[in-house]
Amino acid sequence: MENNFDIFKVLVGNEEDIDYKKKPVIIQGITGNFGSTHTRLMKEYGTNIVAGVTPGKGGQEFEGIPIFNTMADAVDFHKVEISGIFVPAPFFLKAAKEAIDSGIKLLVAIPEHVPVRDSLDILEYAKNKGVKMIGPNTPGVIVPDIIKIGIMPALPFSSGSTVVLSRSGTLMYEVSYTLTKSGFGQKICLGIGGDPINGTNLIESFELIRNRNDVDSVVVVGEIGGDAEENLADYIISTDFSLPVVAYVAGRSAPKEKKMGHAGAIVYGTYGSAESKVSNYAKAGVPVAKRPAEVPVLLKEKLKK
Amino acid sequence: MKLLEYQGKELFSKHGIKIPKSFLAHTLEEAIDSSKTIGFPLVIKSQLTVGGRGKAGAIQKCTNESDLTTKFSELLHKEVKGELPKSILLEEMANINKELYLSIFLNRSKRCFSLIASSEGGVDIESVKNKLIIDLPNEGISDTLAIDVADKLNLEDRNKASFIELLLKLSNLYKTEETELAEINPLVILNDGSFVALDAKVIIDDNALFRHPEFKKYETISELEQQAKNYGFSFVELDGNIAIIGNGAGLVMSTLDMVTDSGGSPGSFLDFGGKATTETIYEALKVISQVTKIKSILVNLFGGIVRTDLVARAILNAYEDGTIKAPVFARITGSQSEKARELLANSQAKLYDSVEEAITNAVNASRVI
Repeated sequence: MENNFDIFKVLVGNEEDIDYKKKPVIIQGITGNFGSTHTRLMKEYGTNIVAGVTPGKGGQEFEGIPIFNTMADAVDFHKVEISGIFVPAPFFLKAAKEAIDSGIKLLVAIPEHVPVRDSLDILEYAKNKGVKMIGPNTPGVIVPDIIKIGIMPALPFSSGSTVVLSRSGTLMYEVSYTLTKSGFGQKICLGIGGDPINGTNLIESFELIRNRNDVDSVVVVGEIGGDAEENLADYIISTDFSLPVVAYVAGRSAPKEKKMGHAGAIVYGTYGSAESKVSNYAKAGVPVAKRPAEVPVLLKEKLKK
Repeated sequence: MKLLEYQGKELFSKHGIKIPKSFLAHTLEEAIDSSKTIGFPLVIKSQLTVGGRGKAGAIQKCTNESDLTTKFSELLHKEVKGELPKSILLEEMANINKELYLSIFLNRSKRCFSLIASSEGGVDIESVKNKLIIDLPNEGISDTLAIDVADKLNLEDRNKASFIELLLKLSNLYKTEETELAEINPLVILNDGSFVALDAKVIIDDNALFRHPEFKKYETISELEQQAKNYGFSFVELDGNIAIIGNGAGLVMSTLDMVTDSGGSPGSFLDFGGKATTETIYEALKVISQVTKIKSILVNLFGGIVRTDLVARAILNAYEDGTIKAPVFARITGSQSEKARELLANSQAKLYDSVEEAITNAVNASRVI
């Protein structure tokens, strides 16, 4: 596991950087329906989008943002470490490879329905080059009031010292909103993704934030399927993770062997079941909220101790 | 997508993995016809996606034609875990010398494919202690690894070459067909030393289907599910009478849980995805209007960038043209909510600020006879 990747350095920077809190971002698939809508919203939020890539549309502009044909051209022109990928799933493999080859350090992979084989290929490619990928099938990542890369609305988030990690998009908004309303601002909210394969999984996300003194708690929004929550519980125990952690698990009442919207949200036998996750969390001393609105209540109790 | 046994076996066959002589029958006539080619005794196996067929008695041995006639009809009408078969597989009896277990599955936590092999086959693999689990590189199983596995399984020397060949074929299968699971349980060694896949459990990566149009023919989704899919919705029909609609799989699952906790019974799960326009909401309502048992409709929409008046307009449209009749209970965060409330003021739809309120009212409405 690479412990040395500093996601805040990439997303926010250090005070002495000339682009501190204004880190440049490239959007791949900027002219698509999704890409264009959200480029506008990210820009509105304050994200410094310096270039876009759409093959065949090089030389044009979108909202004053120059468009390039290839990532190599775009990165050549602007020194950029972050790329947001908004291309349709069948083009993801090519777009992600191109981004990694051009020297990008952080990939935020938005598309849903990426084949497992493509995710595994990119994951290996990224690891070999020291690149971090968030997603695919993620709403993205937001450092409230500083930078937003993804499709999340601005409304639910406020800056603070709680970290939110989520396997679901809208639940990340929902839970962050209840936290915001209860006075728990967020240091960072990161969408793990709803696929069976995650570029940055829960444990790696914990590694990204574990030694920071500006974080005081972690909220993990999970769902049925796989064993990410079970593994996280083991990790919390075995590494003696000291910050308060509160969890939520969606899908308790879902039928077995049915894919509940997300490719990764499926229970086989007891594998991936909510009971398994809740009982493992219990062993790690992590309380699990019954509904989103209960998350800040449990967090308050945890922080008092 | 989980394939039926015979479909999995078709795939095995395509990749040169031996399967028993078998025929698929939909009617007794077809069954008796193919029994003449296979000969007695033979085995009939209900084609179901659910597991535990053997224990449920959905696999039967038939010794003669009258035996087949009785048991075939029984099996065709035998429900296992709520599922009825559409077809029955007839198969020759194998002269089994030894049973093994072999599978390649997507290992989510290790983020790779893993191989499980055991010299104890035909049983539930989770209960087997003596098994090999090997994480595979993205390239699949190499010759060296295949040899290594054959050694570790303590196979007789005369069987090793065939086993290695089979393992390489299975490796080729999972990579090229993009399966999430390819399981042979049991994999049997016949008296003549050949390896035969007696069962097949295969799950295809749905997201890779665009590269495998040939699997389209295996899709068995209902008309309603197909309709939902065409609109880009995720839709699951459930047993209860409250339709749940929302944006985002996690949010809809979460709503499902809360409805269940409140004593309600969800009748459908519909995630309409990232775009909440008048059209998408209207289409979503159109889909769930076809689920006959629905007594109330719960809309849980976390917008932020959603215009709630557009959602309200869709609900109104659906009432006006008679698409829906059941009351709608909606919780929508987003802009223009005053306008949305005005639009819905004289309709059967109500907007709530909290999801809890919307759920309480939806559950109450679902209890009205």
